[in-house]
Order: sequence, then structure tokens, then C-alpha cells
Amino acid sequence: MKRIGIDVGGTNTDAVLLDGTRVVQTVKTPTTEDVTTGITRALRDVLEQSHVDHRRIDAVMIGTTHFTNAVVQRRGLTRVAAVRIGLPASASLPPFADWPDDLASIVRGEVFMLEGGHEYDGRPIVPFDARGMRDVARRIRVAGLRAVGIASVFSPLNPSCEDAAAAILREECPDVAITRSHDLGRIGLLERENVALLNACLLDLARKTARAFTEALRGSGLAVPLYLTQNDGTVMVADVAERFPVYSFASGPTNSMRGAAFLSGLHDALVIDVGGTTTDIGCLRHGFPREANNVVAVGGVRTLFRMPDLLSLGLGGGSLVRPEPLAIGPVSVGYQLTERGMVFGGSELTATDVAVAAGLVDLGDRARVTSLPAELVKSCIARMSAMIDEGVDRMKTDASEMPLIAVGGGCFLVPSSLAGISEVVHVPHQAVANAVGAAIAQVSGEADQIFQGMTRDEAIAEAKRLAEDKAVAAGADPSRLKVVEVEDLPIAYLPGNSLRTRVRVVGDIASVPAERWDREGSGHRGPSRVPRVRPRTPRDGSERGGLGGLR
Amino acid sequence: MASLRALSIQDIESLAIGAWILGTGGGGSPYYGLLNMRRLYGEGVRVGLLDAAALADDDLVAVVSQMGAPLVGQERLTDPRTIARAVTMMEEYLGTTFRAVMAVEIGGSNAIQPLMAAALLNRPVVDADAMGRAFPEAQMTSFAIHDLPMAPLTLADIRDNSVIVQRAASWKWMERLSRKVCVEVGSIAATCKAPRTGKDVKDCAILGTTSKAIRIGQAVQDARRAHRDPVEAVLAAEGGLLLFGGKVQDVSRRTTEGFLRGRAVLEGLDELKGQRFELAFQNEFAVGWLDEVPRVMTPDLICVMDSVSGEAVGTETLRYGQRVRVIALPAPPVLMTPKGLEHVGPRAFGYDLEFRSVFSPEGGFSSDAGSAPLPNLPPRLRGQSPRSNADRSP
Repeated sequence: MKRIGIDVGGTNTDAVLLDGTRVVQTVKTPTTEDVTTGITRALRDVLEQSHVDHRRIDAVMIGTTHFTNAVVQRRGLTRVAAVRIGLPASASLPPFADWPDDLASIVRGEVFMLEGGHEYDGRPIVPFDARGMRDVARRIRVAGLRAVGIASVFSPLNPSCEDAAAAILREECPDVAITRSHDLGRIGLLERENVALLNACLLDLARKTARAFTEALRGSGLAVPLYLTQNDGTVMVADVAERFPVYSFASGPTNSMRGAAFLSGLHDALVIDVGGTTTDIGCLRHGFPREANNVVAVGGVRTLFRMPDLLSLGLGGGSLVRPEPLAIGPVSVGYQLTERGMVFGGSELTATDVAVAAGLVDLGDRARVTSLPAELVKSCIARMSAMIDEGVDRMKTDASEMPLIAVGGGCFLVPSSLAGISEVVHVPHQAVANAVGAAIAQVSGEADQIFQGMTRDEAIAEAKRLAEDKAVAAGADPSRLKVVEVEDLPIAYLPGNSLRTRVRVVGDIASVPAERWDREGSGHRGPSRVPRVRPRTPRDGSERGGLGGLR
Repeated sequence: MASLRALSIQDIESLAIGAWILGTGGGGSPYYGLLNMRRLYGEGVRVGLLDAAALADDDLVAVVSQMGAPLVGQERLTDPRTIARAVTMMEEYLGTTFRAVMAVEIGGSNAIQPLMAAALLNRPVVDADAMGRAFPEAQMTSFAIHDLPMAPLTLADIRDNSVIVQRAASWKWMERLSRKVCVEVGSIAATCKAPRTGKDVKDCAILGTTSKAIRIGQAVQDARRAHRDPVEAVLAAEGGLLLFGGKVQDVSRRTTEGFLRGRAVLEGLDELKGQRFELAFQNEFAVGWLDEVPRVMTPDLICVMDSVSGEAVGTETLRYGQRVRVIALPAPPVLMTPKGLEHVGPRAFGYDLEFRSVFSPEGGFSSDAGSAPLPNLPPRLRGQSPRSNADRSP
């Protein structure tokens, strides 16, 4: 199977061509303002340089930070209507209750709250106010709003109110784009509703972006399915991505870690990605990033996102070094390293210059740093090693030794031996680990529900069945599904040995001949049941996540 | 100090942080209550905090809490009108008016409930509670320890359902009856416990706990702003003891009789490498063992905090790999009396251990678990050792 993985970053658009498990070709091109041109160029280059026939490509996977950036920078967002179903519960905390004012003022169109919703055991709180919903739908039409987010109390357990509301909306205003919270989230009304509203406000942009990606593909003569990578290292087909842009929020770091796993052949390891400005450290379990357990805020909004647990350090190849007193980072020359760094003819002392002086890497003109005091070089290297050492140790969850995979343009800063690390592994193609991670992405499905009156084994079996159904609906090959996570949490105070059970399965993408795709479109993919995101509870107020403005 | 002081929204933000720490692992996150208070303050509502000493002996005080499953609260949220209704129901039933409102439980989400009721009813909140922390059961209060009556109790649901438990044969019966109703209305309900007189409060409540929670929260916030260690700040502010610092190695949980029970194992870091701390919990942390020897036990407050942020870590949010510190804060004296220990001592939680406070001088415990060697404990403190975790989660 031949796949192309593309990572659209802020600076570079990278592409790799994979044949089975072999990296055939890698290219790096600058990201362009319109995104499409950069992708077209990367696709053209990777195909030309590898001399592979267009028709032999099976799939293209794109990873992008486009939607995250839109929320963080508050641009390209659509005004939405929020519909909350659950009165008389939750009345005092309406939708947008804890949003930053600037973002709410852009996104908040109208807010409606209606009677309905369910109890933890599936009983209705009160009957759903269908008549009220019809009135709301008409008001949304009159207000000219084009996107709606719907959230109902306990909809992950019983989605019927959200479904009924969506049906009424479709009748009254057929053109509005609808996001139902149960498609996106787990238990936690406010956080799940936030995700639905964020998703709704990104739908216009998602449509445009997905079309631009598709256009780039067609322009390159590729008639293959397009997938977008999501936070958990799995993919969704482009038309699902178009409807669920929030799923791609953290795909960048995820792809880099997955790529590192693939390139090293290690499935349980720590990964350190040293970039120009920051270093991200994460942990791989079964080839997937370990996920953060805390509430993740995106652009200041609490969400339930499934995000990789990352520790971000202000250390990278471009980090500025101040000799007296010794300080390294967090300020960095970033992508200007090749102009401002000393070895490249500039005048600023960076981490890269020190590494060149110490003989860790051969870059630029070494003669320009031979005059650096040996003592400074030594103490600098020691300081950077200590920063990495401490960060790596903080991310370890186990006293036993583990391998550490070093990737990223600045990975020469990683010392060759570290406490608690069995081996520092350097891999080929480490500079395009992100694109490799995109190329190898799989499809996942997750179930997270409260089960009552079942044994633990029965509840897990039932959750597994639901998760498998979702994975298959999202495009997985049913014969090659694997359970990657099982978690059960008994719930205090609820009767009948209530058990909240979460199961996640992943599988390879089912091979679908391109012509079948063209004929059937994507209707059979049933995108209403795509993988879910996870709720997060606060754990750590420190800067974590390495997701730039995500926190 | 003035007997009535206006609480600022900053005070309430601090209260939410401090209450979560005093929750000793349980009590539910105060986040949704805090959001409600921010909205109410945004509308211009203000709440005053009343010194218990300012109560007349015959004043009546409403003691409130939201009972139920924290997880249900994540979906149904919490509404000031419901808790206020539980209070007005009681007033109608008694045919009298409350002078003020107070918390039954300062630990966790129930620290904010009296503020929400007070905001709508325009009454002050008494600077007191009946636990000084969080506990899982109704009879685990200073009022029960003092044998005050447990009835009547009012219970309000978000729908137009109201229940009054007029009498109960015992505290246990009160727990059973109200729990049944609570489950029926969705495992979450606002309650107004048996009314207390000003004299009851002054004699039998645990005084000053609201301002204590605010103080703890402020210590954490100040430390964070100054980039100092928030855990150290809490220890300094409250005379606490650092018991352990390590990484969560294993957590097992199970629900029995409607409680979240389980154990967590921490492995020591830095100077404590090679040592092991084990925590047992029933909603809240109950006992901690250092290398198989009981080190701390209820009613001493056992708080687990994130090593870096100082944020409290709950028994539901403990997870593998977290870096945490375990600290102890002093328990209110009434909980450590022989009668108090019957209600809230280790035996009340099923541990056959003789209570010994980590703060008692004979304990001879080191105040610096980070560097000083830990002394051997006297043999009589060696109680039952941790059981194996048979039902460990995968």
C-alpha cells in the first residue's frame, strides 16, 4: 500500500511517500498563505522525485494546525446558535458560561434553552419540548444563523433529544450546519457543549479548507481518498473532517510521536521532539501517545479533548544563549536561525552554535564559533542536558528504564545518555516525523458510557462492541481491529454498581477502491458515529501540552 | 475583626481552591458552584461572611449541602435556586426564618452551596461547617458527634419535587431515607439539614472553616503568582506536614455500597527513592502507609496535591504517573475526641487502627519527609497492613 503523508505546519509543509513500511521519499517545502499551493507543490515534488505513478497511490493523509490556529487567533470563525436541552436542570449556567469574552463576542449568536434531557440512568428529566424547539428553529432561520450547536443533558447516554432537535432544525432551516454534542464528547455538559460550539463555529472554515485540500489532490492528478489526521493519531475521511474540525486540534504533536514510533520500531518509549523554539516530550504506549488527564483549554475554552500528554520546554535549536549569568531560552530566533545564528554568519549565540562548538553536530561554519570559551560551551551543554534530563524524568511513569526516541531538527541537543533511559534512539527521516505520523495513521472508535447491572466483564465487552462499530463506521477494516485502551471507573453514590467504562479500538483503514469512493461518496461511512473525545479533569496548572496557544 | 465581612469574588475564587484541598480527595470539584457565584457577582449580588460569635443563641441557621454523585453534577450542573428552595421549604415547614446559612461540609463543592443560597435569600453565610473537611456519610459531622437531632431534613429537586424527612430513628436511618429519595430524583438533590440554633453552632459546629479555606486558596494563589512552591505555602499557612513526595504507580477503585473505595500506591522520588506510600480511600483519603507502616489516618486531613501546581488531586482523578505530594493538615479537635473518633476515626472506615495524629508530640514524626530519616513507629501504631489490590484496573 502506498500512502502520502503531509504535515502542514506554520513554517513548512512536509510530505513523505510510504510504500508499506518503507519511506520512499521525503520533501520539505515552505507553507504558503493559501495552504493549497504549498500542498500542491509538496505533492508534485514527492511524486516527481520518487518516480511513482499517481495511480499507484492509495491514500493521502494530511495533518494540519489550521483549525487550532483559527480559534487561538480568533479568525475565520462563524457566529453560531447554541441550543441547550435540559431545563429545568442547568438553567443558571447557560451556554458560553465560561468562555473568554473576546471569543464569545465573535461566536455567540443566539442562546436557547429548552426542557428535556436525561438522567444518568436514561430516564427523561422532563419530556423534550419539541414545540419549543420548532419555535427556536424558526428564530434561528429569521436571525440568519448558519451554524448550530446542540447539547442535551446526558446525551452521551441517550442522544434522542439532540437527534430530535436536529431533525426539527433540518425541517425548518435545511441549510444550517448542525453539530450535536453527543457526536463529540463524553460526560461533562459544559465541556461537551463547548466542543460542539467550537466545532460549529469552525464549520465554514472546515468546508473551505477541506475543499482546498481536495482541490490540491485533484490538481496533482490523484484520485484517492483524502484523510485528515486527528488528535489521537488516527484519521478521519475528509468529509467527516469537514464536519468535525475540532478533532484535528492536536494532531501536530501526535503525528510527530506516532512518526517517531514508526521510524524507530518502538511502541513503548519516550519521545523527545526538539524544534527551533521548544522541546516536546511525550510518552508512547502501544505506539500511541499517552493522553493528558487534565481539562484542556483551547483558546481559553474548557474542552474534553483527547490530547497527548506533553511536557513543553523552552529549549530548541534556535534558543538564545546568554553567557552571564548563564541562561538558555525560552526566547528563540526560531526559523531565522539560518540567518541570525553565529555558525550561519549571524551575530546571535544560539543553542545550535554551542552544539557546533562542542562538536555535537556539523552545521554552518564551525570556524565562526571556535573562539567561544571552552568553559562556556561546557557549562551550556551541561545546562541543556540537565533541562532535558529533568523533563524526561518528569514524563516517565515507571521506574524501569525506557528508550528515548529523539526527533526534530534540534535533536542533536539530546545527550547520548540520560538517567532512567536505556538508550537514546536516533532515527532516519527524523525531520519529517510529523508527515510520517500522518501517513501511518489508523482509524479508531471509542465508547464511553455508564453501565449498570452488569459485571465488569460484561460492561467492557459491551463497550468494546460499541467502539468497534464506531471504528468501522469511521472507515476501519473490521477484521483488523485492536483494543488499545480499556478503562473502568466505578461511580460513587450511584446505585447498582454503576461502572463508567471506556474502550478504544484502532484498526487499519479498510482498502476502498478509488472508483467505489467516487461512486458511493461517503454516505456509507456513517460519520455521525465517529470517535469521541475524552473529558479531562484538572491536574496540573503548569504549562503543558506544547500546543502553543492551546492552553 | 468585624463580625460580618463582605466576600469579594476573589475571596470566592480562593475559597474554591481551598475547599478542593480541604476535600481530602472527595467532595466534588467546586468549579460549577464557582461559575454560579461569578455570574451572581456579575449581576451585582454580594454575600457576607458572618462570624459565628455574632449569632444570638436563639438565631436559627440553615445547614445546607448538595448531596449526590459528583458525576451527575457534571451533567446537571448546579443551580442556586434549588439550594435556596431547600432552605425556604424548611422555613415554611418550621414557620420561622433563618438568620443565616452555613455549610455542612467545607471540603469540595459543598463549600459553595451556602453562598449560592445566601446570594438568593439575602442572608449571610456563617464562617463554619460541621466537618472541617469532607466526609462521605451523614453521621460524620460535629453535630452528630454532639448528638444533636438529625431531623427534619428538606430535599429539593430541580423539578417541582420536595420531600421532608420529618423524623428519622437514627443518623443511619436519615442517611438511608434521604439517599433513597436522592437516587430517585437523579442522584443529585439540594438538602437543608436539621436546623441549628446560634447556640448549637457556637457550641457544636467547627468554626472559622470558610475563612480557613479562603486562606488556603490565597496561599496557593499567592505562591503561584510569586513562582513559589504552592504546597510549601499551604504547609506554612496551616501548620501542615509534608508526608511524602512521589509518583502514582498504581490506582485501583471499586464501588461498594455507593462509595468509591480504592487504593493508590506512590513511589518515592528524589530523596525518597525506594520508599513507598500507600493511600486507602472511601471517597476521601482515609489512611496512608509509609513502607507498610501506618503513617497518617482519618480524621487528620490527608491531602494529595499536584507537586508543581499545588492543585488538589481527587480520588476520582488520581492516575498513574502523576507527580504528587501528600500532606497532612490538622483535624478539628472535636473529631479527635473519643466520641469523635467513633464517628470519623479509622475504625469508622473499617481499619483496625488506634488513631494517632501525625501532629501529636508522641508521634515524633519528622516534619520534613524530604530529607530527614523517618523514625520507626511505636509497635502499637502498626495496624493492619495494606491489602493487595485484587481488582486492579487494566
